[in-house]
Amino acid sequence: MHYLLLIHDDESADNGDLMPEYTAYTQELQASGALVGANQLQPSDTATTVRVRNGEQVVTDGPFAEAKEVLGGYYLIDVDSLDEALEWAAKIPSARYGGIEVRPVVMRRAEVGA
Amino acid sequence: MPANPAAWLVTVARNRAIDRMRRDATLRRKTELLVPAEAEPVDEDDAIPDERLNLVFACCHPALALEAQIALTLRALGGLETGEIARAFLVPEPTMAQRLVRAKRKIRDAGIPFRIPADTILTDRLRAVLRVVYLIFNAGYGPPVRRELCNEAIRLGAMLALLMPDESEVHGLHALLLYQDARRDARVADGSLVLLEDQDRDLWDEAEIAAGHRALERALALPSGGTYVLQASIAAAHGADGSDWPRIAGLYARLAEVEPSPVVELNRAVAVAMARGPEAGLDLLERIEGLDGFYLFHSARADLLRRLDRPAAGAYARAIALAPSELERAFLERRLSELRR
Repeated sequence: MHYLLLIHDDESADNGDLMPEYTAYTQELQASGALVGANQLQPSDTATTVRVRNGEQVVTDGPFAEAKEVLGGYYLIDVDSLDEALEWAAKIPSARYGGIEVRPVVMRRAEVGA
Repeated sequence: MPANPAAWLVTVARNRAIDRMRRDATLRRKTELLVPAEAEPVDEDDAIPDERLNLVFACCHPALALEAQIALTLRALGGLETGEIARAFLVPEPTMAQRLVRAKRKIRDAGIPFRIPADTILTDRLRAVLRVVYLIFNAGYGPPVRRELCNEAIRLGAMLALLMPDESEVHGLHALLLYQDARRDARVADGSLVLLEDQDRDLWDEAEIAAGHRALERALALPSGGTYVLQASIAAAHGADGSDWPRIAGLYARLAEVEPSPVVELNRAVAVAMARGPEAGLDLLERIEGLDGFYLFHSARADLLRRLDRPAAGAYARAIALAPSELERAFLERRLSELRR
């Protein structure tokens, strides 16, 4: 099953340089064969939200919702069950400061058969 | 229990299983080239218990809300229908049915596994399972008493003891449930709650206490007992011919280390009061923080104040205001009126 591990944390907090840890984590994930994709996002003040209402585009500055913990990046992994997904999520360096939302990905028939 | 509990829970997981079978078939095709196919040995006696354990761990998965864990466990592994579970937890049947449907859907869609968890997380997951069983028992222990829940919890406890014979906490919980259940007839008299110290111990179910002793012996023969083994040991120290209060106070002190909580401290204070007198107990009790909204804290305090001939009416009033049921309120009001005499 595919799971998206959404990394939520407080961008204003100084948690030191987590990059070496993230690099090691990503390598471990890759070596296990579970890694499908991953990306770090630019800070949330670079976010733009688009809504279309009655055919009109409304573009606003900022992320969809104001929250202390914001989406900062994600991993997409392929593992057997929620337990493995939770285990990988717990190892993400930011799990110690923010939280990792673990979301199963909807697999359409075409993808499953592939 | 559904005619086929696994099927009831698993039908929703069928798509996932089909995917896996498809993968397995591919793997088999590949490996058949290397190794001649051999029939796998099938041991029916082993297969059935394993499946029940897998079910327990799926039903009590921490990704499910606690109330859903309880409902699922009762439905998939207990002997209760949805309507009975709904009545036991005082919710409308459609609400309970909806809760079960939502929980089963999460098991399927989130990929909650049907298997015994890996060793690294087994302790935590087992704790979650035992908590669900204990909560089921407590929901039935009342008051008001709902026998069907107590019976289900004991049945689940016995099943787990059979399936996980090397886990001390499993036997500890099983023993604890048996001891508590054995006191059910002595616990309520004339519609009122009877404190353990005032219970007619002749009403205790001797056979069930003996079963509790056997379960506790199995627990104590294993290493690393935790909260349930300690709680069962405490229950065992309340014997038919009296309670060993110094031992009980010591066990509560250990329990407070294993599982620090103000409620454990409260029980410890009460035990110390019995072992060394109300003064020592009250001394410990007054140091507890965070129980101001808990009626048992105020009723224990009232009781100690009464025994020390100090003003206790205020503590009784507070306990009565917080009492969760009529039965408990009636008991406290009787004590308060005795005070006034």
